[in-house]
Amino acid sequence: MARIIKKDILNSGVVSMEIEAPRIAAKAKAGHFVMIRVDEHGERFPLTIADSNKATGTIRVIFQVVGGSTIKLNRLHAKDEVRDIVGPLGMPVHHENIKHAIVIGGGVGCAIAYPHAKALKQQQAKVSFIAGFRNKDLFILEEEIRQIADQPYFTTDDGSAYRKGFVTDVLKEILEKENDVDLVIAIGPLLMMKAVANVTRTFNIKTVVSLNPIMIDGTGMCGGCRVKIGDEYKFACVDGPEFDGHLVDFDELFLRNSAYVQQEKHLCKLLEEDKQ
Amino acid sequence: MIQPLKTPMPLADAEVRNKDFSEVALGYTFEDAINEANRCLQCLHKPCVASCPVNVDIPKFILAVKENRMDDALSIIHQTNCFPSICGRVCPQEVQCESTCVMTKRYQAVAIGRLERYVGDHAKLRIDVKPLNQSKKVAVVGSGPSGLACAYDCAKAGYAVTVFEAWHDVGGVLRYGIPEFRLPKATVDKEIDVLRQLGVEFECNVVIGRTIECAELFEMGYKAVFLGTGAGLPTFMNIEGEGSIGVFSANEFLTRVNFMKAGQPTYDTPLLTGKRVVVVGGGNVAMDAARCAKRLGYQTTIVYRRSLNELPARQEEVEHAMEEKVEFELLAAPLKIVADAQGRVTSILCQRMQLTEPGADGRCKVVPTSEAPFELETDTVIVAIGTSPNPILIRSTKELKTGKWGTINVDLNQQTSIDHVYAGGDAVTGAATVIEALGAGKKAAASIIEYFTKEHAG
Repeated sequence: MARIIKKDILNSGVVSMEIEAPRIAAKAKAGHFVMIRVDEHGERFPLTIADSNKATGTIRVIFQVVGGSTIKLNRLHAKDEVRDIVGPLGMPVHHENIKHAIVIGGGVGCAIAYPHAKALKQQQAKVSFIAGFRNKDLFILEEEIRQIADQPYFTTDDGSAYRKGFVTDVLKEILEKENDVDLVIAIGPLLMMKAVANVTRTFNIKTVVSLNPIMIDGTGMCGGCRVKIGDEYKFACVDGPEFDGHLVDFDELFLRNSAYVQQEKHLCKLLEEDKQ
Repeated sequence: MIQPLKTPMPLADAEVRNKDFSEVALGYTFEDAINEANRCLQCLHKPCVASCPVNVDIPKFILAVKENRMDDALSIIHQTNCFPSICGRVCPQEVQCESTCVMTKRYQAVAIGRLERYVGDHAKLRIDVKPLNQSKKVAVVGSGPSGLACAYDCAKAGYAVTVFEAWHDVGGVLRYGIPEFRLPKATVDKEIDVLRQLGVEFECNVVIGRTIECAELFEMGYKAVFLGTGAGLPTFMNIEGEGSIGVFSANEFLTRVNFMKAGQPTYDTPLLTGKRVVVVGGGNVAMDAARCAKRLGYQTTIVYRRSLNELPARQEEVEHAMEEKVEFELLAAPLKIVADAQGRVTSILCQRMQLTEPGADGRCKVVPTSEAPFELETDTVIVAIGTSPNPILIRSTKELKTGKWGTINVDLNQQTSIDHVYAGGDAVTGAATVIEALGAGKKAAASIIEYFTKEHAG
């Protein structure tokens, strides 16, 4: 059991939770994730660690309420407990001697991109942060991003705030203008990460993406999270979930992530009925 | 007059049992057990004991059964094996203890496994609970068969033990792998509970190599570490289409069904809906996966590249699968998995194979025939062709020497390349049996106890 210390609603669909997990907090690095099971009947699902604090022994997760398990997790409040939490899992990519990194977050992906920006900043790298949202109501971490980034950029798909357009529009402009960029980290929807990888490929800049395949155990046992990286399959849980964006088969992952769409809809419906 | 054949094991009706997960082999009655115990000749050289990986004093416990001293029988088994109800169900006795039974010279072997199960299920265990030595603590990594066996022997010798488990529940392969109809989870719980009564502590949701590093266990005060991390990493075929929706490793399928209870109405873990399942492979895991799929209502076919005689699964499991109407497509090797535009499996393309004449080593090779490939319609493919050791702990523990396939190197005392770190089970041998893992765990426990005793004397 792990106690929820604090819960914040970041926007209509995105929730932040601080969870007491001292052993995980002591080890967590940017890019690590945890597996959570909300209750005895729940499924196990991965959430990336958005922040961690060794002193308080807590980790922070930020998630979008999109499916059965996140609906269930969102029903819990401060002082409640999640049944199981295990981590920190995954193999974060370690970056060294970076001059200028562009960190890109799409929607709730900003929550996972943010710790990377923080880590890079601590290593004295210059950080440009491009945060993209569908509209102005979905903004999260705007202040934090402004504080950490040397060059913060914000976009909305519909133009309801800041610049209208996609993160790739800004990315292209920066890359055309500045030639010191030696790393791009992109975390967000698969289509966004794919688009980013396509842009940076032409500029030949190292690009790291964080993948979110379906997982059961998160410790290398089930192989459900296998993703095609170049010519071979890798397990996102033990080999990733961060990979070279230029080698990822995004199309296959996109299909694989849709495997349980029907079952998920059914579960969400049951949970809705249950609430009423 | 000696009864030539084993006293039959009562089985649930095949057409009933292939629709639910209740246990297939129902277990001996008291009369069955006495009757079978009477078949043991109590021979003096007892070859069965030597061919048991943990050397249970088989004739002695059978004699106790014969004399209706069931609790004594259980104590005798427990001297070397703490899991009679589990081993009685899942050990391949036909290639171990029963294979050397004197009775096999003319008749069928004594049904040692069935008797062991009877004793484990029905007798009452006398547990001698005493306070454990907290200054000599043992950390056991992984709560599968090898870890449990090591923990049991260390605790019985008086040392405090903590078992760390990565999953949210204990038992390892006994929990996530072997299905309920072959090994009821209540049986697993009951035998693990004996360890709890002895004072063994279990900590779930801890991944050694991530949550806690191996070296940190010593800083935490543990004086010896046993690694029983298993062979969890599934192997795939590396053929086209393996990334399609509906292709599972046997591990994933069994974990969903057995461990996460996918498909049961009140549990959230989903299962794909479909009509047909093809299981690739011929081992016990393949049989387990196929029989689970059958019970979930799928038309199920096992695809195996060799013939019936070469199936590596226990004969009993193959027979049970056949009785339950699992179909077998033998001498067939998958070439490609075909999927539709949504990426969902529609069929599997196979090559017809044939066996060659036996070579100098007596083994037949399997080679493709000239026949054109054939297609089996299916919406699910379960790959059950093996596993390799879990990489997490190995990658994070650089000093740990490993073999070619990622298995942990140990010496004859189960000692690894790191002082006071021992290992056993599938993490050392690659995929093997429950009882072999138990044996390795026990051997490691003996080494740990010897180290503690020597240190004390010195």
